Amino acid sequence: MPVGRKKACLRALREFHSAPSPRKKRDHGHYDLQLSKKICGTPPIIHTNLLFQNEVVILQLQVLNSPFNQEQAELLNRILPTLTESQKFWLSGFLAASQMNSAMETSVAQTTQQKTNQQHTKEQTLPKEITILYGSQTGNAQGLAKKAAKRLEESGFQVTLTPMSDFKPNKLKKVQNLLIIVSTHGEGDPPDSAIIFHEFLHSKRAPNLEDLHFSVLALGDSSYEFFCQTGKEFDQRLEELYGTRLYPRFDCDVDYDEPAAEWLEGVLGSLRNAQGESPTPSKSTAPRGVESAYDRSNPFQAEVLENINLNGRGSNKETRHLEISLEGSGLTFEPGDSLGIYPENDPVLVDLLIEEMKWNPEELVTIKAGDVRPLRTALLSHYEITILTKPLLVKAAQLSASKELKELTTPGNEQPLKAYLEGRDLLDLVRDFTPWICSAQEFISILRKIPARLYSIASSLAANPDEVHLTIGAVRYDAHGRERNGVCSILAAERLKPGDTLPIYIQHNENFKLPQNPDTPIIMVGPGTGAAPFRSFMQEREETGSPQGKSWLFFGNQHFVTDFLYQTEWQKWLKNSTLTKMDVAFSRDTDQKVYVQHRMLENSKELFEWIQDGAAVYICGDEKHMAHDVHQTLLTIIEKEGGMSREKAEEYLAEMQQTRRYQRDVY
Amino acid sequence: MVKQMLTAPVGAPSDVERIKEESNYLRGTLVEVMQDPISAGIPEDDNRLMKHHGSYLQDDRDLRNERQKQKLEPAYQFMLRVRAPGGVVTPEQWLVLDELAEKNANGTIKLTTRQSFQMHGILKWNMKETIQEIHQSILTTLAACGDVNRNVMCNPNPDQSEIHAEVYEWAKCLSDYLLPRSRAYHEIWLGEEKVAGTPEIEEEPMYGARYLPRKFKIGIAVPPSNDIDVFSQDLGLIAIVEEGKLCGFNVAIGGGMGMTHGDMATYPQVAKIIGFCPSDKVVELAEQTITIQRDYGNRSVRKNARFKYTVDRLGLEAVKAELEKRLGWSLEEAKPYQFNHNGDRYGWIKGMQGKWHYTLFIENGRVADFANYKLKTGLYELAKIHSGDFRLTANQNLIIANVPSQEKKKINELMEKYGLSDGKQHSALRRSSMACVALPTCGLAMAESERYLPELIDKIEGIVDENGLRDEEITIRMTGCPNGCARPGLAEIAFIGKAVGKYNMYLGAARNGSRLNKMYRENIGEPEILSELQVLLSRYAKERRQGEHFGDFVIRTEIVKATTDGTNFHE
Repeated sequence: MPVGRKKACLRALREFHSAPSPRKKRDHGHYDLQLSKKICGTPPIIHTNLLFQNEVVILQLQVLNSPFNQEQAELLNRILPTLTESQKFWLSGFLAASQMNSAMETSVAQTTQQKTNQQHTKEQTLPKEITILYGSQTGNAQGLAKKAAKRLEESGFQVTLTPMSDFKPNKLKKVQNLLIIVSTHGEGDPPDSAIIFHEFLHSKRAPNLEDLHFSVLALGDSSYEFFCQTGKEFDQRLEELYGTRLYPRFDCDVDYDEPAAEWLEGVLGSLRNAQGESPTPSKSTAPRGVESAYDRSNPFQAEVLENINLNGRGSNKETRHLEISLEGSGLTFEPGDSLGIYPENDPVLVDLLIEEMKWNPEELVTIKAGDVRPLRTALLSHYEITILTKPLLVKAAQLSASKELKELTTPGNEQPLKAYLEGRDLLDLVRDFTPWICSAQEFISILRKIPARLYSIASSLAANPDEVHLTIGAVRYDAHGRERNGVCSILAAERLKPGDTLPIYIQHNENFKLPQNPDTPIIMVGPGTGAAPFRSFMQEREETGSPQGKSWLFFGNQHFVTDFLYQTEWQKWLKNSTLTKMDVAFSRDTDQKVYVQHRMLENSKELFEWIQDGAAVYICGDEKHMAHDVHQTLLTIIEKEGGMSREKAEEYLAEMQQTRRYQRDVY
Repeated sequence: MVKQMLTAPVGAPSDVERIKEESNYLRGTLVEVMQDPISAGIPEDDNRLMKHHGSYLQDDRDLRNERQKQKLEPAYQFMLRVRAPGGVVTPEQWLVLDELAEKNANGTIKLTTRQSFQMHGILKWNMKETIQEIHQSILTTLAACGDVNRNVMCNPNPDQSEIHAEVYEWAKCLSDYLLPRSRAYHEIWLGEEKVAGTPEIEEEPMYGARYLPRKFKIGIAVPPSNDIDVFSQDLGLIAIVEEGKLCGFNVAIGGGMGMTHGDMATYPQVAKIIGFCPSDKVVELAEQTITIQRDYGNRSVRKNARFKYTVDRLGLEAVKAELEKRLGWSLEEAKPYQFNHNGDRYGWIKGMQGKWHYTLFIENGRVADFANYKLKTGLYELAKIHSGDFRLTANQNLIIANVPSQEKKKINELMEKYGLSDGKQHSALRRSSMACVALPTCGLAMAESERYLPELIDKIEGIVDENGLRDEEITIRMTGCPNGCARPGLAEIAFIGKAVGKYNMYLGAARNGSRLNKMYRENIGEPEILSELQVLLSRYAKERRQGEHFGDFVIRTEIVKATTDGTNFHE
């Protein structure tokens, strides 16, 4: 693979599930982590997962938090972590059949948690007002917060639902019931909209919160070192500030629907208990449909209408332009929203895996109760096979006789384990740690569900009714002696044909929206595939007609001739004044590499004038390098042109962020 | 003398006339559009002006449809034509051009049919640097295209170098004198400051604000070689040598190749001799000829705007009279001359003063590194050690000229190392072939030319060999459109593109370039071309007379009717 490919479209790197090569890691140490931001997959076995994670200590059965005596608790604590998924299935069935306590049917963890809650909250009666604060980058936390608000309101609570960015910290002291739903990004960083509140809470100004009852729902991805870090920090900090935990924190992995629903029911139960009501058995934890019958847990099978490569011949890059039909779905979206795709794994990789394990591809395996599929199908469309996580290796160690794997997963070996995970996939794992002493069923039971990939939508529904367009950078690189492919991007690049279908859903993103007032000027910074949402913006503004505010796009890529994505469309919009101004930076056309931030600096004075005139600034694309550099450049421009200190400039930009005049969709 | 009022054709000026007139002497908005970073192209109006600066905006037509689907603009790029009077450049200049082609163009150089260099595939942002480096090497692109006098051709004629030197000086003199005077070129490309506040100075004393109605071509031939196709020129000059000295030129006016398919009002034409002009008066002769075309040429319909149509419309005598009136003196009677051929003589030739000249066969003038033939590198290495000069021939070949005897061995060794040769391994037919650029870069092309002719000749060579004609020089030329860059009207066998894979086939031009050919078959593809040639060449091999050229043979045997004048080309 040419070196150029390694730096291939940053957008495509969302597909963190094809872990970056070590080379890339060296160059851009944080890509893998950034990538997680758009991902929200689904392990269906969250409870048992919890037992194997770092949190194992918290959740271990104790005399105090369970109906077991010391000896029983110890025995259970020893046996439970060693059980495979199928053993647990069997055991739970056995216990149910033995007419044991039906509570055991759900999960040990949940039962214990409910116990805990009851102990925590028994003595108090809490008010019916609840504040839900969410910190969301891509809209997952926001979506969950909205669901929670609805559920609680239906149960008779008065809910205040606020994004963290809009919440006035000095009001915190007055809040008595607080739910926090927050995701984690980068190296354990809070989402943009949570930064200020997070900082405040961790500062000396944070108030004593002894009257506060809280619970945290943390979103994250277990394949990253700082899994659910932001949620953990909020949880810990609120406790340090003398808040009372209403219900234990739930750390959700990429497939968060079920655990989040469970957390919500748990919170509701605790609240009801505190109100002195007996907890009503939860009716349904299924997420409610919004506008359309289709959503994340019930994706729409959408037909692909068009699939073209936007890069001209000779490019180092391949960027796919996908046009997808929404006809009959009832799905709607606004510019700035994202589309989730559940991709299929590469059949070549699946077949190699089956061959390596000498499995029978036709063997029927149980994915969950009532869902039985041939092994090959299950591996193709249901399980994640392109990324390794620590929990996965810990479980895999139980299925292999390999001493090396046992050694690697032994506490104290975190660094070598981390190094091993990087850039490797399931095929590496099964090749590296033979012999395997398990059935195919046992093996697949330890796998995570393949997560959906999110892509910023590149079209406007007003301009293209019943269609959604995407801009997907193909990810290909070599790692550990094998060519690796991005799951979804290479599906799009190599296998997806017009007429094929894809399971999709709309991911609304309130944090990346055109200004309410169409006359507001906009400044858009979107190099590479980061241009996607701005195509949507332009289509929308063109379609909805004048009067429209000025607009200014900064675009960059490697080469003018081959990599000027959507060139003829920008030209058209410049000609018909939908787009007022455009500056481009092609980094490999000149001896000295030029990027969008250089163009911004060159236009420093005018750019600041636009900002002073009320322009909203949007950034889309790679976070760690581009977005970071652009952010610094904005500060420099504000500092220089506004005659401010760096600190003042930071405040100025923070104020812009608070007032939604500085929005980012970065990954 | 004819006493009549000459007039220009009536009719509204064409759009190009407006563009030139409004351009402020070729400036237009070139400075601004060349800086626009959103497109690698420039608007059509500016492209019209750009030609006068020696460049056309083109695009890679192979990629046009593909890129449109990819939402990319056409692969815009500039062709840059470097003029060198008589096609003479120093080795240092050769090195500069080679390096520029490598750095900023597509890595190849095209030697044109008018003894110029063309580079293709230059991106907009590299144009200024490229032109500046060309300028620094004391070459120019100014007026290499556009409605002005173009590169002045002259016979490189290495075996009579004293005459060549003198003819070359006249070519250079004419070329320089007839250049546009506007400073636009210097301002736009060379960073010259615009001099403000001198509007009373006439920028273009000869051309005027609208320049000429169409391009104007001058060429000087030195008999017996008519390699420059003197009768294809707007103004053709035939050097007359008396007692080993150049005494002046026979003057021929009104030649030109271009036509439009299906438009009988357009046709190739051969220039007609109107008299003799002494050497020292040739510059004013050229200037006044040009002013006649400036004043009476057709500015309404561009395809009828060449001087040949002006001459045919006004009448040769009337134009001659007007010219003599403007000159204030009369032309002498034309002097006898004899042309033998319009091709090149390959290989080593010893010239005067013990200098040697080697004519190198360069198929279709394309200097490139091919898979098994590192022609470009070879010439680059050669230029590094060569002490003489290089001369581009009118047939797209290259002469390594003025090699001292003691350096011949070194040159030979290098040529051998890189396989550079006189093309003796090829048939004489191939060595008498010429093709324009056409696809993928030329915007006018309707069919392949340079990329196809070699392949077609491979097949024709089979027929040639079967008929024992391997050493028979037959001029064969191909163009991708009827504008005639490879002078197809003067080839014994010509193909003019009509559509992809389809050509009109012409036969019967004179080997010495004095008679146009005639259409033989219309709109045919390769199988028909080959089957026709199978019959024709076989007949020629059997039925030709001693020394009879193919072009004459097809006339005598009434395969085609002779075209006695451009006006009966279509009959």
